[in-house]
Amino acid sequence: MGFEETAFLSRILTLMTLSFHILYATIGVGVPLMIMIAQWVGIKKKDDHYILMARRWARGFVITVAVGVVTGTIIGLQLSLLWPNFMQVAGNVIALPLFMETFAFFFEAIFLGIYLYTWDRFEDQRKHLLLLIPVALGAAASSVFITIVNAFMNAPQGFEMLNGQLINVQPLLAIFNPAMPTKVAHVVATAFMTCAFLLASIAALRILSGSKHVYHKKALYLMMKLGLVFSIATALIGDFSGKYLAEYQPEKLAAAEWHFETEANAGLVMFGVLNGEEVKYAIRVPYALSILAHGVPSEEVIGINELAENDVPIPPLWIHYLFDTMVTIGMSLAALSFVYVVAAWRGWSFIQAKWFRFLLLLGGPLALVAIEAGWWFTEVGRQPWILRNFMTTQEAATTSGNVDLMIILFGGLYIILGIGTIVVLTRMYRRNPVEQELAQRQVQKGGEQG
Amino acid sequence: MTLEILGIAVLWLFLFFYVIVGSIDFGAGFFNAYSAFTNKQHILTNIIQRYLSPVWEVTNVFFVFFFVGMIGFFPLTAYYYGTTLLVPASLALILLSIRGSYYAFATYGAKINHRGYIYMYGLSGLLLPASLSPVLAMSEGGFINMVNDSPQLDYWALFTSPLTWSIVVLSLTAVLYISAVFLTWYANKAGDEKATDLLRKYALGWAAPAIITATGIIIELRTHNAEHFARIMDLWWLFGISSLLFLGTVFLIWKRRKYGLAFILLVGQFFTAFFAYGVSHYPYLLYPHLTIYDSFTNESMAISLIIAFVAGLGLLLPSLYLLFRLFLFDKDYVKGKSDYHA
Repeated sequence: MGFEETAFLSRILTLMTLSFHILYATIGVGVPLMIMIAQWVGIKKKDDHYILMARRWARGFVITVAVGVVTGTIIGLQLSLLWPNFMQVAGNVIALPLFMETFAFFFEAIFLGIYLYTWDRFEDQRKHLLLLIPVALGAAASSVFITIVNAFMNAPQGFEMLNGQLINVQPLLAIFNPAMPTKVAHVVATAFMTCAFLLASIAALRILSGSKHVYHKKALYLMMKLGLVFSIATALIGDFSGKYLAEYQPEKLAAAEWHFETEANAGLVMFGVLNGEEVKYAIRVPYALSILAHGVPSEEVIGINELAENDVPIPPLWIHYLFDTMVTIGMSLAALSFVYVVAAWRGWSFIQAKWFRFLLLLGGPLALVAIEAGWWFTEVGRQPWILRNFMTTQEAATTSGNVDLMIILFGGLYIILGIGTIVVLTRMYRRNPVEQELAQRQVQKGGEQG
Repeated sequence: MTLEILGIAVLWLFLFFYVIVGSIDFGAGFFNAYSAFTNKQHILTNIIQRYLSPVWEVTNVFFVFFFVGMIGFFPLTAYYYGTTLLVPASLALILLSIRGSYYAFATYGAKINHRGYIYMYGLSGLLLPASLSPVLAMSEGGFINMVNDSPQLDYWALFTSPLTWSIVVLSLTAVLYISAVFLTWYANKAGDEKATDLLRKYALGWAAPAIITATGIIIELRTHNAEHFARIMDLWWLFGISSLLFLGTVFLIWKRRKYGLAFILLVGQFFTAFFAYGVSHYPYLLYPHLTIYDSFTNESMAISLIIAFVAGLGLLLPSLYLLFRLFLFDKDYVKGKSDYHA
């Protein structure tokens, strides 16, 4: 097998593993916070519906975590198996956050075990809630540390390369690279946002399928409020990410925006098709690209042609669609939650309509699509580099054969795990619906409107 | 103590923890499947659910910790082992996924307790050590060759070598022995006499095979890697202590006395043997290509990793203590009197 082919197959396998893992990882980061908020609201309002909400979410959460542990272990080891040359450099420069991630996960796993197996063990619910704090912190910290490694791949610093030798390594400088603040904030905020919309989707599904219980309305309203908060946060961070890209990775921004000529007052291209350098059928938002990149319309944004003249490798232009998918979904979800929250506050009844609940149902899956699009965008947008300006993806790949066989093997595994998760989760909740569990637990409190 | 030795000692210690807690986990799955096969299922299922379900993720982190730490402290291992281990490590990952998904789908979730799944879970517990342990054989040299400047694994040599198979067999017997001794103690604590009796029989049954295969490996090494064999002989007294501890465990189990102490002696036995083996392997990570010195990371990374390790341990040890107090040393929980699962 040629080197090029092996590198390509390694990319495919990594793409498969990461695309699958990110779904579980996102849930793993975001859901603990949602459980925590629900349990806290329940304690504060003395409303057992919210406590039960936390309990039921925790039960489903543990299943996704278990699968996430498996896929996380897989990607952790696959990095060394498929990209040994990259990991050799990474081990020298950016091993610290990787190492800290295992500690964060250790911490999370321990307290998750304790939290799950100690429901009702404490008289005081607040003590039990305290056990969840390390879980949520550990989960968020894991994502922070891993995202730091990804940020480093985009904006490597903290070392020097001299005749192929790494010298003058500064691990902290490598961690605090320019890509890190926006990237970390974006990943964490979108994980919270996605989980809020996912849990809202489930509530919407239950209401649409005929359940009249106030429990679901409470869950829906709480999650839409959180969804709104985190989508606003995401939009703000997205704006900063644009400014980061303009400054440090202009080729990624230019390719994402099909921005060919360097110019001031640059407009933002949305959708469309490309015919040579001509953009057809696109929506142009005047000045928006200059504002995204620099904050003012009059600033110049560097275009693809100028970068190419200076021998900067340009990533594939189809990342434009990934970028559009991510941003469009993000904005739509922000709008959806805004409308819902305002309407609920003003008492407008259209949010009770079937068509609107159908939109709410779509929110969760769409958020997951946006997560996938976002990661594909940032990874493909860094090509041909694995470590920008230092090592290409080609150079990093393994020389070992058999990657094709592994693609089949892991592909099968992910299909089974994915189907298994869905089957087990639906079966678990269907066998024990909220109404039944509430009756069993004889919950009397919690009648007030949420 | 140099940074290199400190680094490898920390990693070896975590690998040792993984060997112990992993063995308990793997073996329990096998015994569970075996008793399902002989229709004694319910004797073990409860014990496994009570102990293994809350801690298996923690078990898994020991493994992740080892290989992430390895890349951190000895980045060059990524190049040698990463390139050559693609197939065996991928198989191990698949097996690990079977185990993880069993916990996710069968014990946490909708309780899919299909027999086939129980057998798969049990079998994966045996196949997993069998797929991981050949790495130890590889590290003895002779199986990885440099072809066009890149390391390649000679599968034929690896799988026809008696050394490989002795290590695989040792890993299996050790897994079953460690697991049986631990579960005897746990079942006894839970006051489950039937399970205690059954597991005690397993423990006694697997004791001799474990010690025989361990001795077999040392004999194999004599022809395979004379340098390593000589260093093992220099440390004969450590292996002697290990053997004495082994006899202590067997004696206590035989006499049905102090199962807790028996397990502690067993940990001691494996600890001395594991470290004696590790020390005799020094300084090689991979004979003859790689030593801990030429693969070591730069000094600033090493120091920052060690600082992170100490800080992390400060967080981890109290949490682990809490976990074990709740699920291992809490009488009511172990006996199944209290069930507070979400």
